[in-house]
Amino acid sequence: MRDFSYLRANSVDAACQAAALPGAMLLAGGTTLIDLAKCGVTEPETVVDISHLKGLDTITVDDRGVTIGALARMSSVADHAEIKSRFPAVSEALWQAASAQLRNMATIGGNLMQRTRCPYFRDPANFPACNKRTPGSGCSAIGGVTRGHAVLGTSEACIATYPGDLATALVAFDATVHLGDRQVAADDFFLLPGATPHREHAIEPGEVITAISIPASAAAGRSTYLKVRDRQSYEFAAASAAVGIEFEADGRTIRDLRVALGGVATKPWRARAVEEALKGKLLEADIVKQASLLAIEGAVDHGANHYKIELAPRVVARAILKVGETA
Amino acid sequence: MTSKTRIPIQLQINGHRHELEVEPRVTLLDALRDHLGLTGTKKGCDQGQCGACTVHIDGQRVLACLTLAAQAQGRAVTSIEGLADGDGTLHAVQAAFLEQDAFQCGYCTPGQIMSAVACIREGHAGSDDEIREYMAGNLCRCGAYPHIVAAVRQAALEVASSMETAS
Repeated sequence: MRDFSYLRANSVDAACQAAALPGAMLLAGGTTLIDLAKCGVTEPETVVDISHLKGLDTITVDDRGVTIGALARMSSVADHAEIKSRFPAVSEALWQAASAQLRNMATIGGNLMQRTRCPYFRDPANFPACNKRTPGSGCSAIGGVTRGHAVLGTSEACIATYPGDLATALVAFDATVHLGDRQVAADDFFLLPGATPHREHAIEPGEVITAISIPASAAAGRSTYLKVRDRQSYEFAAASAAVGIEFEADGRTIRDLRVALGGVATKPWRARAVEEALKGKLLEADIVKQASLLAIEGAVDHGANHYKIELAPRVVARAILKVGETA
Repeated sequence: MTSKTRIPIQLQINGHRHELEVEPRVTLLDALRDHLGLTGTKKGCDQGQCGACTVHIDGQRVLACLTLAAQAQGRAVTSIEGLADGDGTLHAVQAAFLEQDAFQCGYCTPGQIMSAVACIREGHAGSDDEIREYMAGNLCRCGAYPHIVAAVRQAALEVASSMETAS
């Protein structure tokens, strides 16, 4: 790890100013920044420590929804009683992510800024070609070992999977990312790779994530996060789904449905086609399974990741049936 | 307060205050082991994946390999050396690991024990499944997992009964 200057910010304004300096990077929980600095992926000139800032870790719940300060730890959000009861998919996405130690360190703002786990991206010494690290250098993953790579939202420049769980739930329930006074819809905060895979987030130099907010909804209240992975715990998703459902008064006809996928796309992937296909329909296994196939419309595999195209719709269907059938 | 060479920091470790000068990039793990001689905290992957370096900061279990020493200033750090009583009486989790033979080579053990102490305190040791889930961040290459689960279960029961006695 290359050495850097260390600066403790004592206010959000000071953090914004310091973050605008060339080569400056913000340090909150450190689980991404220090990890990637050790890999040689990031080489900050100055590390701006914001982890001691006061007042940015509060969780506020009212009738309209929840606002979560950017420095709230993943573990405290996962365990928050009202998030568990009113946004279960958010709590489940968080406690199924990483490990207990990492969840105690990682902040909500930092979680949004986590980078892909693409092994080629993480290994600059052996794989100099990576359009995400070095624009125009090529992609080592295309034609390489692709078992974990994305099948949705890919481009000729990049097929790296977005690895996070929380953001999958956030895009499903129309969350907003607060960058001081500027607000960005979670779905717009994460960028498709296109020809510019080095640009991952709609955040500008000198901006700091201060909070996220999630509007209350019946679908968020009746929701789940289903994560399928290579081992039972402490692993990234092979495919995952954040699903929320609201029924008409009959208790069987779907009034509102939210579906987002993780582990299969280059960004948290809202599956609106599935939602639209099932609104107004009865919750029946055959109908749900058929509609869930729409989740992978346009999917392109690179050989070893073909299984995700079969797996993702099954995960979506299972999640919809699970959350729909439990009272 | 920017410096690329060395910065003075104060750390509060196991109730003792330490003053040292380190490069800003020095992790809490390297500060403990190389600067303060507290080698009970182990370096496994040094990449946030194995849990061998687990310590407590302000009572919360965290990974010392992904924490800058400078970041730990003003916080209370507990390492495995600070777990037993001053008179050498082992913590209930340490005793349970001995009794249940919950290790083979022992390299992951300090991290396992620090993680288990927090796991029990958090209330996440209610069943074997819950113990496995909430201890998943500590890898054991020897595969001593069944005995580790047994040790955490035993210690959780002892901690619960001692709390009942106290109240």
